[in-house]
Amino acid sequence: MQTLTSERLTELKLKANDVRQGIIRSLLAAGSGHSAGPLDMADVFTALYGYLLRHDPQRPDWEDRDRLLLSCGHIAPVRYSAMANFGYFPVEELLTLRKFGTRLQGHPERVTLPSVETTSGPLGEGLAQGVGIALGAKLDGKDFHVWVVTSDAEHQCDLHWEAMMTAAKFHLDNLTCVIDRNFIQIDGSTEDVMPLEPLGDKYRAFNWEVFECDGNDIGAFIETAERARSVKGRPAVVVANTVPGKGVPYMEGDYTWHGKPPNAQQAEEALRELQTARERILANV
Amino acid sequence: MYDLVDYRNGDVKMVPTRNGFGEGLVEAGGRDRNVLGICADLSESTRFEAFKKAYPKQYVEIGVSEQLLVAMAGGLASVGKIPWIASYAMFNPGRSWEQVRTIMALNETNVKIAGAHAGVSVGPDGATHQAIEDIAIMRVIPNMTVVVPCDAAQTKKATLALTERWGPVYLRFGREKSAVVTTAATSFEIGKAQTFREGSDVAIVACGILVYNALMAAEKLARDHGIECRVVNNHTIKPMDEEAVVDAARTCGTVVTVEEHQRHAGMGSRVAEILAARQPVPIEFVGVDDRFGQSGDPFELVEYYGMGVDAIVAAARRAQERKK
Repeated sequence: MQTLTSERLTELKLKANDVRQGIIRSLLAAGSGHSAGPLDMADVFTALYGYLLRHDPQRPDWEDRDRLLLSCGHIAPVRYSAMANFGYFPVEELLTLRKFGTRLQGHPERVTLPSVETTSGPLGEGLAQGVGIALGAKLDGKDFHVWVVTSDAEHQCDLHWEAMMTAAKFHLDNLTCVIDRNFIQIDGSTEDVMPLEPLGDKYRAFNWEVFECDGNDIGAFIETAERARSVKGRPAVVVANTVPGKGVPYMEGDYTWHGKPPNAQQAEEALRELQTARERILANV
Repeated sequence: MYDLVDYRNGDVKMVPTRNGFGEGLVEAGGRDRNVLGICADLSESTRFEAFKKAYPKQYVEIGVSEQLLVAMAGGLASVGKIPWIASYAMFNPGRSWEQVRTIMALNETNVKIAGAHAGVSVGPDGATHQAIEDIAIMRVIPNMTVVVPCDAAQTKKATLALTERWGPVYLRFGREKSAVVTTAATSFEIGKAQTFREGSDVAIVACGILVYNALMAAEKLARDHGIECRVVNNHTIKPMDEEAVVDAARTCGTVVTVEEHQRHAGMGSRVAEILAARQPVPIEFVGVDDRFGQSGDPFELVEYYGMGVDAIVAAARRAQERKK
């Protein structure tokens, strides 16, 4: 069992800062893509790759690795940046995002980059595939864990609810769903577009164990996710409350940053803000 | 030549093609314990029951959720399982097409779809349950294999062959009892069309249960009109046996395609694409003419929608005329 020391936590915070800077640089190079979601999930992906997952970047096809599925493929920049910062490929490759011939497709493709586990982008499909993997693991007596990261808005898709029912039917306690609860989608607030609340109660009604935490607090997220992972007999969900655009003050909480990248000037400002935040982390040690 | 029953003398048994799937799956499940049967609340009508009884640990019931059927199977395939997912073709791949494209084909997963109740010969259930567009929507997807066997015996062989073929596949079959023209000894190979009857006036290229109608039409054409037809069982729609299609067109100089599907965008359209590029000849298309089905007796509907023996005879005579 690992222990989350304050030194380790500081390292993870610095990593999350690196991940955010990678997101900004890759989006600027791409000239298109999504900003708000990737930034708000930098802490969760850092916690997963840096602490929670059983994985080996040198052996992405390791049979007993934990599986991390990204259902909402449009926030791929955060996954790519986290993977690069945790050793799956060189950080410079992030600058190929969305360009011709890249492994870093606009929405992730497993065939070109196997360690993303699934091809995703069409919403609502990740949990269903995670259910299949988790059931397959149970059938074969494998002990790896399946993590599925979803957006909140993709709970508007029917397939996700089919998967929720099925995970409970098969008592998939080797499956944990993490929801990026940032309350935004392309057309505005989730609660205006198609209300999701009470989201946790909906999972409870589907026989899931429900946890909730600040998804931008790495320590709180790790502590909550570990509790979710240890639930027995039923699947668990972590509602990770996040601030869209987290880490870049002019984007924070503004849904219009859902689906667009920063321009050169905005990127420069974002990187400056992130650098300042980095210095604050170091100063507080 | 292929080993066939003595269909000319009416020596045919009537067995639903779906039975062949059920039998093939039991055999496949015994050969490889990674073979799974995943059912969306249609275990009896898709013929899952024998598999469920023989291998209960390889059988998964998920209820009425066809999108999940595909997506969950994608996950299972990614950890080494070989999932056969079965529903009515109208719902899978009809309802689940985007998951089929993304999770099976683009993501290259080893998932096998059994599309039951295809064609108007579903009968009394009516248009909502009669898939006559499924070949079109499946053959257009890269990486997909599409097979429409001619009878129950061939459906069993196709089930086994497709289980062993790595990659996403679509196996299409019907509900109603239909003529069994092949035998246990008739060979079957994915991607290899079969010439069931020789002739050099008109080539009838057919798939599915209508191969029998094509054979009967060929007998009538020979007897009543002196037209000798080559009859090709073109069971693999994708990848299609181009050489067999080109050879039939070259030998006969004209082609009739026969399928229980919309005339547009199905097997016949693929034949036309091949021949337009390599061996242009007149083509007549037998199939449903841009309409939906309705309730009725299965073979009454096949006749009504222009796919009966006489309709094939008429199409072959038109094709013969157009050669001149």
